[in-house]
Amino acid sequence: MITIENVEKHFGHLHVLKNINLHVKSGEKLVVIGPSGSGKSTLIRCINMLERPSHGRVVVDGVEVTAHKAEVQKVRQSVGMVFQQFNLYPHKTVLENLTLAPILIQKKSPKEAEETGMAFLERVGLKAKAGAYPSQLSGGQQQRVAIARALNMHPKIMLFDEPTSALDPEMIQEVLDVMTGLAHDGITMVVVTHEMGFAREVADRVIFMDDGKILEDGSPEHFFKNPTQERTKQFLSRILR
Amino acid sequence: MVSPFAWFKWVALLKDWHVFAEGFLMTAIVSASALGLALLLGIFFGMLGASHWKIPWVLTRCYVEFIQNTPLVIQVFFLYNGLPYLGVTLPVIAVGIIGVGVYHGAYIAEVIRSGIQAVPKGQREAALSQGFTYWEALRYIILPQAKKVVFPPLTNQVVYLIRNTSVLAMIAGGDLMYRADSWAGNNLYYGPSYVVTGLLYLILCLPLSQFARHLERKAEVSA
Repeated sequence: MITIENVEKHFGHLHVLKNINLHVKSGEKLVVIGPSGSGKSTLIRCINMLERPSHGRVVVDGVEVTAHKAEVQKVRQSVGMVFQQFNLYPHKTVLENLTLAPILIQKKSPKEAEETGMAFLERVGLKAKAGAYPSQLSGGQQQRVAIARALNMHPKIMLFDEPTSALDPEMIQEVLDVMTGLAHDGITMVVVTHEMGFAREVADRVIFMDDGKILEDGSPEHFFKNPTQERTKQFLSRILR
Repeated sequence: MVSPFAWFKWVALLKDWHVFAEGFLMTAIVSASALGLALLLGIFFGMLGASHWKIPWVLTRCYVEFIQNTPLVIQVFFLYNGLPYLGVTLPVIAVGIIGVGVYHGAYIAEVIRSGIQAVPKGQREAALSQGFTYWEALRYIILPQAKKVVFPPLTNQVVYLIRNTSVLAMIAGGDLMYRADSWAGNNLYYGPSYVVTGLLYLILCLPLSQFARHLERKAEVSA
């Protein structure tokens, strides 16, 4: 579903991604873990070309997005993204947030987009908030709306870039619950997170990044019980107390 | 010594009211047309100035910096006296519309650019991630949010633009300022002439300034 080959990314003098190779199978739940500044957000943003790799190939759903600039918009429609800061459209109601892109970009009828939109809002437990504006919602509610917004495009892949890092502690679980439910549906998921519990329970596979490189790549059991690299052990000992 | 505001001078002005009416009309026409041009230029270059494309960005900077850092009078003199040497002779009204329009277009471009850049970067990224192009993201997501920030300074620009059409007086433009000046130049009744002219500009500009204040207050409330 996603293939990343020899990807390098430079920001000026900073070398953020160093020869990244990664293949994500259809339906796989990949969790990306690593200290801040390790390049994990940049990596996930290279999948939908919010960051353009300086070098290397990215293939998403059979389209080489690094080579075919014109195809990027098309591919993005089938790759949902959830951001740390939610990034809901503040001038639109909750339901309009869900229907805007399906209507304008995917040319769905407003009726259809609203019907599926309401269904997704129900699924994230926010049907009652359809007419509210994002500023009237809590952080956890906003993030659940953001997930529903991405789902209403009917994507094949969902990218989560630290979806709970900006939330108050008591709101993290409601977002993780929605994500766990989604994982059971069989959609391909790439999740950058610091939530180790989520990684342990939901991930098929965990990669650990540090300093722009993938240091660890395997099952959650392997990652949490028998990490191979000293750096991983050090990281885990600090984060799992 | 006769007072500069002697009664008979006001009577003379009233008799020649059409001179001022024609000037007022000309100023209104030039203002409206120049505003149209300035908005077109301003929105276009404002969007380019906020973009990440190098060449359009450099072009925008050249336009804005050149216009903002030279006096309007010189720009209008160039259009009026300079262009004929290059084989282009424009009617005075066109010099007014182009001169004032291009001048305020540069200021409006800066207003639009800063408005676009005031919208958090995440909004553009969210829109792009959903498959919007850069222009679609601007139109549907970013500009509607920038509006709130942009409207008050934009309305102020309209006020400056109307006042600045008086630069046409320097090149015999037939606008309100020119008519007032030449009428008073003939009979030396400068007092009433300038008072009435000032009031006429006030009538054009004051409602707009009030509207700008109103928009500012509204933006503060909703911010």
